[in-house]
Amino acid sequence: MFEIVLQISLLCVSISMLGLLYRLIKGPTVPDRVVALDAMGINLIAIMALTSMLLDTTAYLEGILLLGILSFIGTVAFSKFIEKGEVIENDRDL
Amino acid sequence: MTEIFKFISGAFILLGAFLSLVSAFGIIRLPDVYTRNHAASKTSTLGIMLLLTGTFIFFFVEHGHFNSRILLGIFFIFMTAPVAGHLISRAAYNTDVKLWDQSVEDDLKESRESKPSLIERE
Repeated sequence: MFEIVLQISLLCVSISMLGLLYRLIKGPTVPDRVVALDAMGINLIAIMALTSMLLDTTAYLEGILLLGILSFIGTVAFSKFIEKGEVIENDRDL
Repeated sequence: MTEIFKFISGAFILLGAFLSLVSAFGIIRLPDVYTRNHAASKTSTLGIMLLLTGTFIFFFVEHGHFNSRILLGIFFIFMTAPVAGHLISRAAYNTDVKLWDQSVEDDLKESRESKPSLIERE
């Protein structure tokens, strides 16, 4: 019973991943694509949690925190690049 | 007792997966970047928090394994996902991405036009 619930949830998350992939390919502007990538990172965390429950192991749960941090850093770097044209700016470089 | 908690955990997981599906439909169907960002940041944040809560309950009930990394992950995602959404939205506005052509109000533009010194600071 619980396994069927997990499989249905995995199916829902995979369909939502396909929808985000559509927006990532088609998205008319760059911020659209970054929004889609951010949501894809969050969906990847969901897939990791569901898989670790299906396999009945706690070994993959460290990846949850890791993927959350990486997705946040990537989004911040992308938005800073879109806004200012560089990620790490050098103020003394006059 | 274990079965009751597994039922609760399964309900949390199903609700979280459903919310992530809703967020994907919002990202496909809504008309411009700002509304899409609204759908993406709020719905998928709540969805992943519910799903991770279900995972935590499952491992705690089934194996007696108190995994503090899941709790840290829930807290971290709750702190950072709205901030990331805000940053993308701000970058989109500052690089002149157009609003939906049927939107009627742009308060930020009016406030920037009334104070031109703030824009031309660079």
